[in-house]
Amino acid sequence: MPPPAHGTPRVPDWTSLARGRRVRPLEWLAERVLMALAFTALVVICLIFLFVGREAWPIFAGRVDSSLARELQDVIPPEDLDKTPPERLRLYLGLTREQFAAMDRDTLRELMEVRIEAREQIPDDKDALLNTVRWRYLIGPHQWTGYDRPVYIWQPVSAIHKYNLVPLVVGSLKATLVALAFAVPLALAAAIYVSQLANPRAREWLKPGIELLAGIPSVVLGFFALIVLATLMQRLFGYPSRLNALVAGVALGLAVIPVVFSVAEDALTSVPRSYAEAALALGSTRWQAAWQIVLPAALPGVFAAVVLGFGRAIGETMIVLMASGNASILSWNPLDSVRTLTATIAAELAETVVGGHHYRMLFVIGVLLFAVTFLSNLAGEWFIHRLRARLEGQR
Amino acid sequence: MASLSPTVRLQPPAPTDVVTVAHPELITLDRLSLWYGAAQALKDISFGIRERLVTAFIGPSGCGKSTLLRCLNRMNELIEGVRLSGTVRIAGQDIYAPGVDVIELRRRVGMVFQRSNPFPKSVYENIAYALRLQGVRRRRELDEVVEKSLRAAALWDEVKDRLHASALGLSGGQQQRLCIARAIAVQPDILLMDEPASALDPIATAKIEDLILDLKRDYTIVIVTHNMQQAARISDYTAFFYLGELIEYDTTARLFTNPARKQTEDYVTGRFG
Repeated sequence: MPPPAHGTPRVPDWTSLARGRRVRPLEWLAERVLMALAFTALVVICLIFLFVGREAWPIFAGRVDSSLARELQDVIPPEDLDKTPPERLRLYLGLTREQFAAMDRDTLRELMEVRIEAREQIPDDKDALLNTVRWRYLIGPHQWTGYDRPVYIWQPVSAIHKYNLVPLVVGSLKATLVALAFAVPLALAAAIYVSQLANPRAREWLKPGIELLAGIPSVVLGFFALIVLATLMQRLFGYPSRLNALVAGVALGLAVIPVVFSVAEDALTSVPRSYAEAALALGSTRWQAAWQIVLPAALPGVFAAVVLGFGRAIGETMIVLMASGNASILSWNPLDSVRTLTATIAAELAETVVGGHHYRMLFVIGVLLFAVTFLSNLAGEWFIHRLRARLEGQR
Repeated sequence: MASLSPTVRLQPPAPTDVVTVAHPELITLDRLSLWYGAAQALKDISFGIRERLVTAFIGPSGCGKSTLLRCLNRMNELIEGVRLSGTVRIAGQDIYAPGVDVIELRRRVGMVFQRSNPFPKSVYENIAYALRLQGVRRRRELDEVVEKSLRAAALWDEVKDRLHASALGLSGGQQQRLCIARAIAVQPDILLMDEPASALDPIATAKIEDLILDLKRDYTIVIVTHNMQQAARISDYTAFFYLGELIEYDTTARLFTNPARKQTEDYVTGRFG
């Protein structure tokens, strides 16, 4: 714009300010696209949960019956084919009206014979009458035929389908606790060393080195645990079962270390340097400054790292599937074999009948896993929030 | 180092007998040079700092005054790639000699930073932490020294009812006085202050300045400041630095009213910097 002629003041035009939302349409569009993508992620998670929940729902609603014998309690001998009312016969054979109408007498007779055979094959067992997917059998102990006391058992493919979840939950927790007990001290020590004490050259090597551990596929870790670690540890400690919670936990720990390390190291590094400087200027050693000042200040982040590690450990499948022995034994001894929730789904889902009670039970396990991780994250978040508020002087 | 320009040894100026006897030279810098990697930050600095007086370092940003301050308690060593030549003596002892305990040195030479940096702990714990580092464990002794230090830092009345609340809830000026209280709790002999009031409002600044004048009865204070009025108000001696060199060192009164060098005059009269 040319400079205003002398004497005539320039009159600014303010009306161009109001241009509505038609200004910068590309930016507007890009923003909407990004928003849609971000929400898609959320929607996908919801859809997954809905799918898992839908498959598991009939069990929660009590609409599944896994008892073997109840529907076969009274049989109709094939000779009575003509005496039985058609509607009763149809229900007895479990056929739709169309199917029933399309069948001739011989076919019906054969189906009735199959029915008799099935009746004969049912184990002669009082438990065959039980609906084993009811909650009291899923979480409580039960004295099955042949046992001298009430027990918790997961045995979905035995003659009587036993679906008790307790051994699996305990197995998952056991492997996870061993993993955390092994990984958290190591990862935190490494994080403190790398972020506070190491000289820059050592840090340049250590940090990417440890984080590289996250890149190892879990099947490789599982393989290593199965072949090398299990033999080595059995030779060291001389316990009877070669694959057990200890081996699985240690291998799981290898997968957890980079997660905990990475987040904890970030948290420690982001503590203002001025805290450590203040401590050093007061005459603390570098070790004292790191341990007494920086670590407490980074505690919310360090705790978040541990929660994340817990989530990683309890959700990990391949390592425990390969290294845990997969026996659903209920015990707190880490030297017994364990079967975890995740490994159970992975190992059994392919062999189930879609829509059957076993299939649905595996989805119940899925819902359980989902709930455990969700609740642990929620509790962690709440605790971190409290810690942070305290550190920042709001309380 | 021999190739560098000949050292100008600036004697502590015109010592009257009273000054030399009551305030002998405590810190002696001799041909001190310092490099950050290849860049030289301090050039051949030699002068002496007197006991139980306030000595101010002034100069434009980047002149090396903060770097020099950090040489006095070896905090410069925390920065990667620092090299140093020449000597720093405190009461005749070379603090860079091998075998010197840095931890003990830093206990004897306290430091207050430009930005207040209380720990994210309670007011009480901030000071108690400093004491625990010295091995003080008894609760009664801790209570006593915490109160004494807070009183000395003119903070006691403001925080006595919230000793166990987080120090980060204090105002900026209170936080800085807490840092001073923390620094003097361990009874250092020398107190280094790196622009302690630069982030504070005028009222908080005035409180800190009063505090410094109070403290100089017991402590040798070295203060870096950007604020020339502040240097004039509170210091007894002033050193003016420019581009890593010591340009002039004199009593504050003389340096501000009758500087020996043109550069000093230009700076203190506000013509540059």
